[in-house]
Amino acid sequence: MSLVSIKSLTRVFDVSKPWLNRVIERLPKRFLTAVSDVSFEIEERSVYALVGESGSGKSTIGKMVVGLLKPSQGTVQIDGVDLMRASDAEIDRIRSDIQMIFQDPFASLNPRWRVRDIIVEPVAARGGKTEGLAEKLLEQVGLSPLDAGKFPHEFSGGQRQRICVARALASEPKLIVCDEPTSALDVSVQAQVLNLMSDLRDEFGLTYLFISHDLTVVQHMADRIGVLYLGRLVEEAAPGDLFDAPLHPYTRMLIEAAPKMDGYGREVVPPTGEIPDPINPPNGCAYHPRCPLAIRRCSAERPVLEQTGTRRVACFRAGELV
Amino acid sequence: MNTPVLQLDALSVEIPTRHGVLKPVDAVSWDIAKGEILGVVGESGAGKSMTGNAVIGLLDRPARISGGQVLLNGKRIDNLTPAEMRKVRGRQIGMVFQDPLTSLNPLLTIGDQLSETIDAHLHLGRAAARQRAIAALDEVGIPAAKDRIDSYPFEFSGGMRQRVVIALALCAEPSLVIADEPTTALDVSVQAQIIALLKRICRDRGAAVMLVTHDMGVIAETADRVAVMYAGRLAEIGPVAQVLGAPRHPYTHGLMGATPLASKGRSRLAQIPGAMPRLAALPKGCAFHPRCPKAQNRCTVDPRPTVADGAGRVACWFPMGAP
Amino acid sequence: MSDFPQPAAVKPAEQGRLTRLWSSDFAWAFRHSPVAICSMAVVMLLVLAAVFAPLIAPHDPFNPATLNLMNGFTAPGTPNAFTGEQFWLGTDDQGRDVFSTILYGLRISLFVGFAAVLLALVIGVTLGLIAGYVGGWPETIIMRSADVQLTFPSILVALLIFGVAKGFTPVEYRDQVAIWVLIVAIGLSDWVQFARVVRGATLVEKNKEYVQAARLIGRTGPAIMLRHILPNVLSPVLVIATISLALAIIAEATLSFLGVGAPPTQPSLGNLIRIGQGFLFSGEWWILLFPACTLLALALSVNLMGDWLRDALNPRLK
Repeated sequence: MSLVSIKSLTRVFDVSKPWLNRVIERLPKRFLTAVSDVSFEIEERSVYALVGESGSGKSTIGKMVVGLLKPSQGTVQIDGVDLMRASDAEIDRIRSDIQMIFQDPFASLNPRWRVRDIIVEPVAARGGKTEGLAEKLLEQVGLSPLDAGKFPHEFSGGQRQRICVARALASEPKLIVCDEPTSALDVSVQAQVLNLMSDLRDEFGLTYLFISHDLTVVQHMADRIGVLYLGRLVEEAAPGDLFDAPLHPYTRMLIEAAPKMDGYGREVVPPTGEIPDPINPPNGCAYHPRCPLAIRRCSAERPVLEQTGTRRVACFRAGELV
Repeated sequence: MNTPVLQLDALSVEIPTRHGVLKPVDAVSWDIAKGEILGVVGESGAGKSMTGNAVIGLLDRPARISGGQVLLNGKRIDNLTPAEMRKVRGRQIGMVFQDPLTSLNPLLTIGDQLSETIDAHLHLGRAAARQRAIAALDEVGIPAAKDRIDSYPFEFSGGMRQRVVIALALCAEPSLVIADEPTTALDVSVQAQIIALLKRICRDRGAAVMLVTHDMGVIAETADRVAVMYAGRLAEIGPVAQVLGAPRHPYTHGLMGATPLASKGRSRLAQIPGAMPRLAALPKGCAFHPRCPKAQNRCTVDPRPTVADGAGRVACWFPMGAP
Repeated sequence: MSDFPQPAAVKPAEQGRLTRLWSSDFAWAFRHSPVAICSMAVVMLLVLAAVFAPLIAPHDPFNPATLNLMNGFTAPGTPNAFTGEQFWLGTDDQGRDVFSTILYGLRISLFVGFAAVLLALVIGVTLGLIAGYVGGWPETIIMRSADVQLTFPSILVALLIFGVAKGFTPVEYRDQVAIWVLIVAIGLSDWVQFARVVRGATLVEKNKEYVQAARLIGRTGPAIMLRHILPNVLSPVLVIATISLALAIIAEATLSFLGVGAPPTQPSLGNLIRIGQGFLFSGEWWILLFPACTLLALALSVNLMGDWLRDALNPRLK
């Protein structure tokens, strides 16, 4: 049973210049398509990873899943509840089932609040009982219960991220969206936090939507990976399949370009070109200007995500080698 | 015997605070030869950026060099006056910082910034400097350099900006380039492009490079030798294949093991217990001993200075793989 | 799962607010700054003198029964030619002891100053929070009103409010409400700087992840503004409030000097200066000098405190 069901999710931002400028300079309105027609499902108790570079729309999708942003089109269904169409009461009920862990451990915690108040806020704000809750959660994330009375600035980056995890657990959620949770952390601290997240998932039966740009982390954590390029889902597969035999040219380029720990003196032919402007995306397939396999069809028609076995790819020449 | 381009001789940096004197860099020594890329790797607070700043003389007050020497092409530069140091900076040392957005002056065109630097150090006159600037932009791969030389930094993407910064660092033909996390703020694909550029251009010019980063994958593919720093001290230094492939210091060993790639197939990553100690609370003896699986009594009393070990040096009483 | 090194000594993890404040970097900087200590001492001295005025003042200068016109124009420290009484700082034209009038005048000045700043702060911070967090039309209305108000010098705005209030109050009550009108006038002319600073700081905090985390769990706008953002935008407000206090005291003195401030029955330092000014060149210098010096000492100390506070709270200057 899928806990999360995303269908045709689209988000467009209006980035036009102010009305007065547009009138004087006779400019048209400008729209930035951050997410374009993305559909995927997340099974309960699994880890679904969204991977992509900047401008891929992964953070935007994360925010739409938790309800911080409204989609321009498409639906987000969590545990059967359609976030756009459900009544306020239903959304309120489901709010405590969804939580988020952010990227920046320094900005995720209110510097003026004590750790105890930060952690129990999801419960306290809805009138729940909070006696001893903070101390219990601190222990579960590997910190001391005596830390409950301290302030965030007394902790290191890794410890703060643990506090964020504790806060995310407070309302006993089913789904936790993790937006680059370890990108700002050192390697050894990252290992601790990722292990913590794995352990908690086993213990509490959590579902994660894991957003990252780091392929190695995603390979370790995910049960299923979705690759995003310029707001579009281009490939989706299990980690083993994805890394052993990537089908989409972009995925191939990404895997090839990522620095390898044992690639001493490796001379990489770097990828060509740069990510196109999301306000004026290329016609047809967004990747075709940089794609070694591009044919005429790619610049005319946008490929649809098609199922091949347990995988999905959006490419007319998926799997073909150069 | 060729003089190394950069020589650090027991360099130490101190910061007096109201909690006591902190030592973010403690007796660090290494040298970089012509055309060689030395990667300086370490986690936050290890002191790698501070070392780079000390070399180039950009330590923020009250931090100051408290011991040791910095020699550039055989001559001391840590005791120069600010005016003399200004001449060295740019002409003999080029810097590439992490954030290309703040490294470039947003109010000047890149042509102006390049020409200004070239003229100031090579005294070519504005017209010749501009030609040099266009050539420099071409070399770093900016398309249509002649047209884009009069653009402002905000008109470039992040990757392009970083290329401009590299051009700026190299335009006065320095013998040493210090790159402090040059690719951390960039996407993976852009990062690959910038690394390839850095390698090629430094090899062509014969410049020595000190590449400071926390990303070990970048180090593996770019550096010739690697220095690993921990709590301000040098833990290990040697050829990259040796340090990353068969690390001798338990910290390096733990670090390599903690990367997700090393734990391929396993559900948990191997982790190093604890955290890097704060400078105000360094353990006695070896700074790593509270977290070290091989720690013994000697480690709690005496920190070992680096000793030669094969092609490199390691600062450990009981290095891994020792007989 | 405790792979974190536990602190060796068992320190009380939770320190009370005062303990934290005393051992903080901020308090340390204070203890090591002669300027901060001196100006704080002067301000405390003046505030205590004003609060305990009825107990300290040797005479009650506003009780007609105790006044003796014959005491007028006595020089400081010298006995009066007629009555033989001595006054530390002399007397004014009506025989009032200058020292006592300063103490009572200080009361009015400080009261009006604090109250006006408090009013400006409450209005300004609230409007700033709303403008920054809500944005859209409320922000436009608030900030444009602020811009319009800034085109007028604040004294003129205060005079305007004063004049309007005077028009609405029946004559008998004018003296009684004068102090309150003064407070409202100065307060309303001063809110803009608070609003601007708070709006800027709110815009910065609004985009931080802890605010998003609060929105995520369903907290309402007012709750977020009050409980999350407000504590984080207060430190520049503190600096502005301190400096505003000095300005408010001087504004009050100016208005009283111009004759539209405190009534003669409750004179403030401004009134005293106005009275004294008339006698400066006829030889009775003490009637002007001592109130003026007190005002100077007060405004200067408060200003210096505000200056020090701004440097102490600025993380970039460390």
